[in-house]
Amino acid sequence: MSVELDVFVGNTTIMDEEVYQLWLDGYTVNDAVKVRMEGGVMDECEASKDVLLSDTMDQYRTFQMCERLLHSPAKLANQLLFQIPPHRQIMLIERYYAFDDTFVREVLGKKLSKGTKKDLDDISAKTSVTLKSCRRQFDNFKRVFKVVEELKGPLVENIRQHFLLSDKLARDYAAIVFFANNRFETGKRKLQYLSFQDFAFCAGQLISNWTVGAVDNMVEDMDVDLDKEFLQELKELKILITDKDLLDQHKSLVCTALRGKTKVFIEMEGSFKNLSRGLINIAAKLTNTKDVRDFFIDLVEKFIEPCRSDRWSAADMKLYLTHYTNSAHILDTFK
Amino acid sequence: MPGKLKAKIVAGRHLPVMDRASDLTDAFVEVKFGNTTFKTDVCPKSLNPQWNSEWFKFEVDDEDLQDEPLQITVLDHDTYSANDAIGKVYIDIDPLLYSEAASVISGWFPIYDTIHGIRGEINVIVKVELFNDLNRFRQSSCGVKFFCTTCIPQCYRATLVHGFVEELVVNEDPEYQWIDRIRTPRASNEARQRLISLMSGELQRKIGLKVLEMGGNAVVGYLQCFDLEGESGLVVRAIGTACTLDKLSSGSAPNTNTHMHPNTAPASNACNSPSKDGKESPLAHGCRSTHNSPVHSVCSSQRLSQNFSVSVPTLIFTGMGSGGSAGKEAGPLRTLLRQQTQTALEQRGASSSGLLLNAREFPFFTLTSFPPGFLLHVGGVVSARSVKLLDRIHNPALGNTRSYKLLDWNSVTADEPETRDAWWEEIRQEIKSHARALGCHAVVGYSESTSICEEVCILSASGTAAILNPRYMREGCLDIGCTDHRFEEPSPPNCGFCHIPYDELNMPFPAQLTYCYHCRRQKVPDVLFTTIDLPSEAAVAGKGCLIQARLCRLKKKAQGEANATAISNLLPFMEYELHTQLMNKLKLRSMNALFGLHIQISVGENMLLGLASATGVYLTALPAPGGIQIAGKTPGDLSSEHISSIQKRINDTIAVNKELYQINPPELAEEGVGSPIPEPRHRSRLFRSHSESSDELSELDLSHGKKDAFVLEIDDTDAVEDIHSLLIDAPPPTGFYSCNTENMPGISNWTSGVQMFTSVRVLRLSNANLTNQGLNKIFTDLCENLLKSFYFKLRSMIPCCLCHLNFTVAVPEEELIQVTVTAVAMTYDKEQTQEKTAEKPINKGSLEAEEQLQFPLELCADSSSSNIQTASKISGVGESTNMSPRVSSLERCSPLQEGRSRSLRSSRSFGGSSVTVVKMTPLSFLPGTRIIKYLGIINMFFIRETTSLREEGGVSGFLHSFIAEVFAMVRAHVAALGGNAVVSYSMKECVFMENPNKNQAQCLINVSGDAVICISETDQESSASTANTGQTGGSETDGAT
Repeated sequence: MSVELDVFVGNTTIMDEEVYQLWLDGYTVNDAVKVRMEGGVMDECEASKDVLLSDTMDQYRTFQMCERLLHSPAKLANQLLFQIPPHRQIMLIERYYAFDDTFVREVLGKKLSKGTKKDLDDISAKTSVTLKSCRRQFDNFKRVFKVVEELKGPLVENIRQHFLLSDKLARDYAAIVFFANNRFETGKRKLQYLSFQDFAFCAGQLISNWTVGAVDNMVEDMDVDLDKEFLQELKELKILITDKDLLDQHKSLVCTALRGKTKVFIEMEGSFKNLSRGLINIAAKLTNTKDVRDFFIDLVEKFIEPCRSDRWSAADMKLYLTHYTNSAHILDTFK
Repeated sequence: MPGKLKAKIVAGRHLPVMDRASDLTDAFVEVKFGNTTFKTDVCPKSLNPQWNSEWFKFEVDDEDLQDEPLQITVLDHDTYSANDAIGKVYIDIDPLLYSEAASVISGWFPIYDTIHGIRGEINVIVKVELFNDLNRFRQSSCGVKFFCTTCIPQCYRATLVHGFVEELVVNEDPEYQWIDRIRTPRASNEARQRLISLMSGELQRKIGLKVLEMGGNAVVGYLQCFDLEGESGLVVRAIGTACTLDKLSSGSAPNTNTHMHPNTAPASNACNSPSKDGKESPLAHGCRSTHNSPVHSVCSSQRLSQNFSVSVPTLIFTGMGSGGSAGKEAGPLRTLLRQQTQTALEQRGASSSGLLLNAREFPFFTLTSFPPGFLLHVGGVVSARSVKLLDRIHNPALGNTRSYKLLDWNSVTADEPETRDAWWEEIRQEIKSHARALGCHAVVGYSESTSICEEVCILSASGTAAILNPRYMREGCLDIGCTDHRFEEPSPPNCGFCHIPYDELNMPFPAQLTYCYHCRRQKVPDVLFTTIDLPSEAAVAGKGCLIQARLCRLKKKAQGEANATAISNLLPFMEYELHTQLMNKLKLRSMNALFGLHIQISVGENMLLGLASATGVYLTALPAPGGIQIAGKTPGDLSSEHISSIQKRINDTIAVNKELYQINPPELAEEGVGSPIPEPRHRSRLFRSHSESSDELSELDLSHGKKDAFVLEIDDTDAVEDIHSLLIDAPPPTGFYSCNTENMPGISNWTSGVQMFTSVRVLRLSNANLTNQGLNKIFTDLCENLLKSFYFKLRSMIPCCLCHLNFTVAVPEEELIQVTVTAVAMTYDKEQTQEKTAEKPINKGSLEAEEQLQFPLELCADSSSSNIQTASKISGVGESTNMSPRVSSLERCSPLQEGRSRSLRSSRSFGGSSVTVVKMTPLSFLPGTRIIKYLGIINMFFIRETTSLREEGGVSGFLHSFIAEVFAMVRAHVAALGGNAVVSYSMKECVFMENPNKNQAQCLINVSGDAVICISETDQESSASTANTGQTGGSETDGAT
């Protein structure tokens, strides 16, 4: 005796958020049932394991049928197959597009290609995110990437409108797309201490300051690519390290401003030339795609690590960079 | 009355990719009506084409308008090869044919393909212009309104009820035509869908004609069914109740519904309702509480007509007989055997000879609830079954002149429908004679059904024998002659229907009666079984609950007549045992009446399944049920401790159930009614029958003979099993109630949470050597587990009630049992219920009057409109005075209602969503709303087939998406009619076939309902009315007593 067929269909589609999360997390039906049993849901309604299994199967089927619609969330609102209340639709979409920071950290800056997809089982093993969940997240990145690639207008706004995501999630996706497009290297051991949110912040800054869109938001591809002209112009900064007078002048301006304001002033003064050279060299090389990819690793090696070995605090760093920038503006060359 | 049909194709969206190379589609649309076809231009390379076509105009007869659907086919244009069909939309334009319904059909329809399911959507606008017609000999019946609802629809008033209408049409099933061997499954499915659509249209038109001839303008309780007879054809049949309905002005509209405003309904009908008289009913104290044994009578008849047929002995349930009264000791089954040779009925002439005659001949009503005062007395359930052999149909049309034209169903000679007509004729005659035997002139809550397995077909009909108030009847419709003077004096509305209609001295079956516990003037049976809904004015104690009897009987595989005989031999035993189970379960819940009783017997190759569902309730007019006593057959058979432990369990269960269902009937000083412990004279007998073989018949009789009534004998292990099976019916978890009727006895303060659902479960019996007992257990568990699943899934809606739980069983293949359930879960306000039930047992008139005043005032002190309404309720002032405040208060929304409904209601403001939320319910109303317009009947038939079952997620995945698609298509059609809800929704048919080895499956689904527009009422109003619901009637009489 066995249950051959077992379905339950409501006029309003019934969805349990807990089961949805288990499904998204890539649990098999049986594992999900176990988790639910441990969660104590059985006591709620005198349910048995069979009831739970049947319910979980139904829900999994529903989610699978919905998945197609979730791929283009705008469809969810005007499809006719499932009657889902609007606030549930929002929940479905938001959760479907949510991702694990540990997973995204692994693929950040990698090409969203078949090759990377093949490596997902390794990533799954490393991050202990299930392979199924990894695939969903990866496919989400890829899908968002593909859609916004061909769109004009601000990146975050495009993502939000096309995928009906919250502002926060849309910004995260913008960062992922931005990193994937510029192929920033983030996987090196030296960069491991940085979290996804750290990079997402950087991405936000780069998008709003270094892209074409930052200047003129009617230009095509504006937000995804760095502004070539701007990068070209960065080369002109080289004079700050090649011209010895200018270097000294810059140094003295910065040091005057910093004196007495930080505990590590001696170290700052001592390493000014090295640090300035490091920064300017990174900036000047950004016209090469290869060097763009190494942007973060270079930054860490040439700038952050020396500072850290001198025990700068974050406030010191901020102070230093503020005056470094401001002083440069005072120099005659940049007036 | 010729008409002009106009259709415009606007746009498509979400179309599937038909051209792999470009990932796009070159779509165009064919619009077909009758034999005329129009095409739109091709909209190249788009998945969201905008056609914006001209208006395609069809000039057609109204006869065609009624029969034919508008057929829209979306195709992908292909320059070099044949165009590929994307899918189709069938639009039934019937709703446009009567003036009060929809005026335009406009909206997005899912494009449906029988192989791929829904593939995108298409936006269509359809209009009809009708020209006036003066032709007397017309064949059309435009203008007759159809309602699936089995009560007088809200916003209408029945001025006359004309009576029973029936019709059936027959055709070959395209699936079984020779051409099916060479055409694609898709073509075959589409031919079938189209044919059934045509047949439904024709059937509806023919019924409409009958209604017009009778002078009516509407059919209420329209019930249409398909019999897929396989090789021998396809039968579409329908029954209904012809009425003359008056549309009420909008102001008084909400109060015509007998369900939603039971308290206000009498007021609006005060002019012709005798119920008001009930107040003055004289006191009739002093009746004796005599032991009242239930009544069980069995009639049977075996008839031989030109076809092989076995008419099955029929049970009349008004309760069940234990042979308590002397001189009538014959057990039901003995009666049964004696009556096996009943003379054949006189051959009836052509059924169409005189429709009035027909209506008089069958005073049947498909309605299940009635305006107050309509239903005078209820006799009991009458049912008839008959087993027929399909391959014996004398049918030259199918044998020789097989029509090669696909849909040329007119070529089928008229011979066959008459064969089927004659079958039903027989059954109806039988029902009628049963009703007569119960002293009733009418049958209400009438329905018909079939179960087919290979060439065997069981026809069933059942209803409730009743006496109706002739005031509402068309003259000559009822044979009033049999009513004697007893009924001329008015009965109190809240117990009158319980009073026996039959003559006490000349009872049709052994029964003992008591005086009505309410009015004490007339006799009532101790148990009442009916197929109708609980009358809104009935006085009940506590809450109702779903009671099911389930039964499996193995039978040998056989062919032809032997098979039919075997089945018909089994049927009476099954009915008997189902009935016994029902009775025991009823007693176990300390209740004394069943409403909405529906007994389904389904036939398979090697077994018969029986499922009886009903809603149990405690009617305060009837005597309290006795308990159940356990006894060993012979002393020392089983240890006395064992027996007493079982007895204790039973008594405990009864006590628990009383608590659970809050059954606290008003205690009567002079009697010990309501005591859960059975006193000797109150003991009831639990029947057991061993019906496996006829050899045991003599033994059967013993169990009804001279022993004490209501004693359960433990004479063998089977008996122990049976007791266990009685006790394993788990009560619903806290916060849940369930019923299978329109209204839940004891709950009426619904809030707006509504969740309609369909669930299907198929069980494969792996072990071929199962016993009846084993099967029973499996089947019972299947049903119980389904219920448990529902409770679990719907736990977020607590407190909630599962209403209109409709179970359908089938045996699709050997070793497969299929159970299909459709029901609605509705939330209610728990606080009010408790208050109400606390006060209920002592509902004295004075208290009640105060309560009526206070309740609404407290709840809505700021609402002047409700105050006015309250006042009018009490004084009985006509509802028309409320017109303006009611309308003005419609917009208001209470915070409570919003909070609860947030999850189920639409918020139209969301992200430009263009999809209208359409609620669906099997009930005739939606809580918290009132229906302002009926847009027409929804009657849809779909076939879905797959040759890639595994890829679609197996059988469950396949059926899950198909049911979701059917819901979606129903919703889309309702939305296109301008509606926002479907009431009286039902899934008539869900036939599922699979062949996993070939990776194939096929499913047929037929759904129907009434498309409506409903608007939400203010919470004040609903709370004011619900607070008093169900009490008004009770209090009135209590006050008088």
